[in-house]
Amino acid sequence: MSERYLPGGRPPGPPEEGIWSYAITESDRVSAANGAPDLSWLIGVGGAQVRAITCSGLAVLVSDVSLAEFGETALREHLEDLEWLDEVARLHHNVVETAGRLFPLLPVRLATVYSGAAALCAALADHHDELLDALRRVGGRVEWGVKAYAAAEQAEATGGPAAGKPGSGLAYLQRRRDQLAAGREARAAAVSGARAVHAGLAGKAAAAVVRPPQSAQLSKVRLPMLLNAAYLLDASDGTSFTAAVAAEATAHPELRIELTGPWPPYSFAGGDDDGR
Amino acid sequence: MTDVDLRDPGLSEAGYPAERVSLVDLLDRVLAGGVVVTGEITLSIADVDLVVISLRALLTSVSALVEPQPEGD
Repeated sequence: MSERYLPGGRPPGPPEEGIWSYAITESDRVSAANGAPDLSWLIGVGGAQVRAITCSGLAVLVSDVSLAEFGETALREHLEDLEWLDEVARLHHNVVETAGRLFPLLPVRLATVYSGAAALCAALADHHDELLDALRRVGGRVEWGVKAYAAAEQAEATGGPAAGKPGSGLAYLQRRRDQLAAGREARAAAVSGARAVHAGLAGKAAAAVVRPPQSAQLSKVRLPMLLNAAYLLDASDGTSFTAAVAAEATAHPELRIELTGPWPPYSFAGGDDDGR
Repeated sequence: MTDVDLRDPGLSEAGYPAERVSLVDLLDRVLAGGVVVTGEITLSIADVDLVVISLRALLTSVSALVEPQPEGD
């Protein structure tokens, strides 16, 4: 438990609140005067209504959260609780995805909590032009995710005929050496296959990024993940892109390929400048 | 615009029940994706590593059954 909230240690007065952010868009998109859609029915993390805060041409979709549950210390603990994370991530994504169907937006990373509107607008002011550029880049577009794993059949490759008498130590060693070599070759073929798939699909997209491989403990997939990529496509290109992924899967039996989407443009919001 | 009631979270745009997005794909995006707009007085857990979270979260759920171990960091 956080040391700040031991019994008897609570500060007096009402619990403090912060502002949880979901997505950034152009302020025109949320302006009632411009016929913006009503989003007040959307409920965010912590149970409060979603609203928009406008900061010079940009607007951020936010909701009020209690810092007792969503402040820095509480967040650090909660982020280690998979059940809590599951629920909060889904609530967050539901807001991003619903709004993302209505107007172009940049998803904000989970757990971005501002102390107030002033802090939020100050942060946005520092990045105003980049954010507008990013909004133009994702406008009218959606993200598709492609994951490629080494196919299960590659996990154990058989070797060639053994030298020496069957059952001899020499036969065993040679068979083992052949197995290892075959395994390495199969793995190399899968790796280069994944690269070829990415190159092929990236050529069909407005933009593409390669993401770090996912945690095997979390995905529960034992196969090696060789590609975890995101592609930015025009919203109308879903059918043709799905067909392109199917063609790649057919052409690469050494891989198991999975397609997810359409997603709001999480991977193209400009948040990947931190070396990931 | 398709004829879909956006207030119903159970329907995809095709009108079929939306499949539940897998947690790993969701966390991959909301934790490692999205824009990070920081300021001096922003609280942000944006730099938490996904792999570290997943290990700790799994250890936490298992630890209810075994003796809790002190954390190494």
